[in-house]
Amino acid sequence: MMRIACPNCGLRDEREYAYGGEAHLDRPELDCDDQAWEEYLFLRANPKGEHAERWVHVHGCGVWFNLIRHTETHEVVAVYVMGVARP
Amino acid sequence: MSRYSAFALLRNWLGGNTDWDPVWRSPEPASSYDVIIIGAGGHGLATAYHLAKHYRPGRIAVIDKGWLGGGNTGRNTTIVRSDYFYKESADFYDHSLRLYASLSQELNFNIMYSARGILNLAHSRHEVDFQRRIVNAMQLNGIDAELLGREEVLKFCPVLNGDPNARFPIYGAMRQKRGGTVRHDAVAWGYARAADALGVDILQNTEVTGFRRDISGGVQGVETSKGFIGATKVGIATAGHSSVVAQMAGFRLPVASYGLQAFVSEPVKPVLHTVIGSAVIGSYCSQSDKGGIVCGGGIDPYPSFAQRGSAATMEKVLAGIVQLVPTFSSLRLLRQWAGIVDYTADSSPIIDRSPVPGIYLNVGWGGGGFKAIPAGGEAFAHLIAKDEPHPLTTAFGLQRFRDGALIDEAAAAGIEH
Repeated sequence: MMRIACPNCGLRDEREYAYGGEAHLDRPELDCDDQAWEEYLFLRANPKGEHAERWVHVHGCGVWFNLIRHTETHEVVAVYVMGVARP
Repeated sequence: MSRYSAFALLRNWLGGNTDWDPVWRSPEPASSYDVIIIGAGGHGLATAYHLAKHYRPGRIAVIDKGWLGGGNTGRNTTIVRSDYFYKESADFYDHSLRLYASLSQELNFNIMYSARGILNLAHSRHEVDFQRRIVNAMQLNGIDAELLGREEVLKFCPVLNGDPNARFPIYGAMRQKRGGTVRHDAVAWGYARAADALGVDILQNTEVTGFRRDISGGVQGVETSKGFIGATKVGIATAGHSSVVAQMAGFRLPVASYGLQAFVSEPVKPVLHTVIGSAVIGSYCSQSDKGGIVCGGGIDPYPSFAQRGSAATMEKVLAGIVQLVPTFSSLRLLRQWAGIVDYTADSSPIIDRSPVPGIYLNVGWGGGGFKAIPAGGEAFAHLIAKDEPHPLTTAFGLQRFRDGALIDEAAAAGIEH
């Protein structure tokens, strides 16, 4: 069982959380071209390694936050609040 | 290649089974090939077979970092079906199912296709209405889907939980009779043997570490753990690792990789003669010829390249199996495993040219690549040989993500694949 440290609630089992996609995707202006919109909607880094991603503590405090997780070992390298640049 | 037959069986038995031919060679890599396929799974091997048989583009190699059929081809729940909603999917997957039906003869290798039928259960009146709609759509597409009422379901498959007060009572089901199971390893081995006999080099334990490109950007070959191998056409058929290989070539893909788990119980006497599943419960199972109950369900809920799977998902899937068939609660699991599958936003595959000239894509199969192997190999061989999409896969290109022309099967049929 993967365990994640919520910034508010501390270390809890993965089943208390929900994954919310890759972090730090900037939504382009609505009059952008199709390529920029495609990149925003669909193209992803999907690395085998460290991945910056959004999670929500859905069965806890309900807060969204970012973390950096290794997608092969599932080790959580860093947890940081929304709005902060990737460490 | 010596043909397998009753006569060959008898002859080798008389000889003490000591002089069977090796099923495929283990050649050293040549310095260059005309076509290289990365990934010796079902799709890679089927592609090489179709290329060698129908297009003869010259020398062909299939290279894999591990052993052939050691990825998702050997890690799935062996189910084949074509009960898709959209015409593009129905045409393609039904072609694949029809190829499966005659594949043992085509490859001279018993792939043990068993058309035992697939039963998708409905647990409410509203789900029955929904199934009526998608069965109508499937029938218009020429797929042999049909609706069963509650009594018919329980008569056909008495092991199901028929308690009307169950948490998920059975209201009916949709069934595809031609759906069923195929021996998954045999598909990899059969294509490997047939491709090898046509001169294809299968290079196992050879890991691709990068691409070499010329000044104009076109591909010149691949760097591997056994040195550089030249080729001006390279096909990527690496399932969950598609974005890892794409990154080596310098482009991104519209995919995300997840673990998809399967489980098999200890063997028991025949109790389940069909495939049963429930979209609402999110689990499905069948019984293998060895007697094990083979169970599967939804993907793990976060991206992963670890081939082990989440314990939380395991609990959810198996709790669903016990809802479907309460007597299975006394079974013990024998094995559990996870394959890494690459999902697109619309759960439909990508069979297309890549942004790099000379590199071709057969990726994005999600959890549904196994059933598509024969048609996927045929279509990918056509794409590589002719540099244009096979007529059955024109809708499954990369451009659809820019145009918004998605073929959203997951939303349409409510079934993950």
